Amino acid sequence: MSELKRITTPLSEQDISVLRSGDRVLLSGVLYTARDAAHQRLIQALQSNGPLPFDLAGQVIYYTGPSPARPGRPIGSAGPTTSYRMDPYTPPLLALGLKGTMGKGARSAQVKQALRQYRAVYFAATGGAGALLSQCIVQSEIIAYEDLGPEAIRRLLVRDFPVIVANDIYGNDLYEQGWKKYRK
Amino acid sequence: MRQLSTDLITAEVARLCIEANYNLGEDVLQALRKAAEQEESPLGREILHQLLQNAEVASREKIPLCQDTGFVDVFLQAGQDLKIVGGELTEAINEGVRRGYKEGYLRKSIVSDPLGRVNTGDNTPAVIHTEIVPGDRLKIVVLPKGAGSENMSGLAMLRPADGVDGVKRFILDSVEKAGANPCPPLIVGVGLGGTAEKTLYLAKKALLRPVGSSHPDPMVSQLERELLEGINALGIGPQGLGGRVTALAVHIETYACHIASLPVAVNLQCHAARHKETVL
Repeated sequence: MSELKRITTPLSEQDISVLRSGDRVLLSGVLYTARDAAHQRLIQALQSNGPLPFDLAGQVIYYTGPSPARPGRPIGSAGPTTSYRMDPYTPPLLALGLKGTMGKGARSAQVKQALRQYRAVYFAATGGAGALLSQCIVQSEIIAYEDLGPEAIRRLLVRDFPVIVANDIYGNDLYEQGWKKYRK
Repeated sequence: MRQLSTDLITAEVARLCIEANYNLGEDVLQALRKAAEQEESPLGREILHQLLQNAEVASREKIPLCQDTGFVDVFLQAGQDLKIVGGELTEAINEGVRRGYKEGYLRKSIVSDPLGRVNTGDNTPAVIHTEIVPGDRLKIVVLPKGAGSENMSGLAMLRPADGVDGVKRFILDSVEKAGANPCPPLIVGVGLGGTAEKTLYLAKKALLRPVGSSHPDPMVSQLERELLEGINALGIGPQGLGGRVTALAVHIETYACHIASLPVAVNLQCHAARHKETVL
C-alpha cells in the first residue's frame, strides 16, 4: 500500500501532478459540500450567467449531505454520497477550474475524460463511515441554498481527512484496476 | 381483547429509529471483523478497519453511523386479537419517526413528491408493511434504508425455463452492475417467487435475517452459499476498490409462484445494515 500523502486545499498544479490512483491522502483545508439539488442550482446559475456562491478555482467539492450537528459539535455524520448522480454536472464545473471532487463510486467516461482534459482529480472517501469522517471536520458553515436543508452548500474546514485517489490526471481509474486485480 | 396504546407505539418507533442509526448489530460487526481477516487487498482491509472504527465512534458519540439515515421501512406483525387504542396506527408510527429523527439528530431525507421534490422536514412518511398474524402482540421492526444501496435494487420476471442458472445470472449481474455504488461489503437480499411486488417485498424482508444465517430449506441455503461465493469472485471488494469481500451474506426468501413465472428480485444492503425491533 502506498505511503500517506498530506495535502492542503486549494489544490495547486503541483499537488495534482504528483497524485496517482491508489494514493492514500490526508486532506486539510477547505472543502465545499454539494450534492444533487445544489449541483442543479449551480448549473442553473451558470446557464443564466449568474454568480456562483463560491469561486471554484483550485477548490474541492465534497459530495455529502451531513446529518444535523449535536449541540457543541461542528457537524453530524458526514460521509460521501454516490458520485455518479453528479456526473452530468461535473464537466462544466471542472472547466471553470474546480480541481477536485470527492465522493464514492466510479465516474462516467465523460467525467474521466474531463478530469484529464482539465487536470483534476477524483477522491474516494469511505462510504458509510460518516461518524468516523466527521471527526476530521473542525468547522462547518452554510454559505448557500440554506432552504435545501441537508443539501445546502457548506464550507467545511477539515484536518487530515482520509481519502484515496480514485482517478488521477493521467487517466488511471482505481475502480477498474482494483476489480481486474481481484476478479477470479 | 388486549389493548395497546398508540402513545407507546410512537415512543417505541422513535427509540428504534435512533438505536438503529447509532448502533450496528453484533451480527454485522462480527461479519465485518471476519471480513477484515479474510480480505486480501491491503486497501480493502484498511477500509474494513475504518468501518469497525466508525461503528465505535457512532455508538460512543451518539451520532449516526452514516449521514444517510434513510427512508424508514417499518415491518409490523399485528396479532389479530390486539386492539390499538388512542389514535390512528399510521399516524402513531409517523409521529415516532418525526420524534426519533428530531431528537436523535438524524438527517431528514424525504421529499414529499418525487417530481416536485420538497423536503418534508421530518423524514416522514415511513413505508409501512403490515402482516396480520395470530396472537395479541405487535412486533415492530424499523429498517432505515439508505438510498445509495436502495437505488441498486432490481426485479426480473424470468421464464421458468431460465431456472436456477437464470436466477444466479440475474443476481450476479445486479451486484456487478451496482459495483461500488451500494457501499460494499453488502448484504444481498433476494426474493424468489410470488408476484412482481411480492418478490420485491421478500428481497427487502430477507435483509432482516441475522447476517450469515442460512435459509431452513437446504436447497435454498445451498443457493445462498453458491451466490456468496460467486459474488465474492467478482473482485469488487470493500467500497468497490478491488478485493475479495464484496458481500458479507446472501439471504434468500421464497414464495410459491405461478406456472408461467419465475420472479426474482434483488435488494442490496450496504454494510451499515441497520434494523432494530421490539415486541409490544
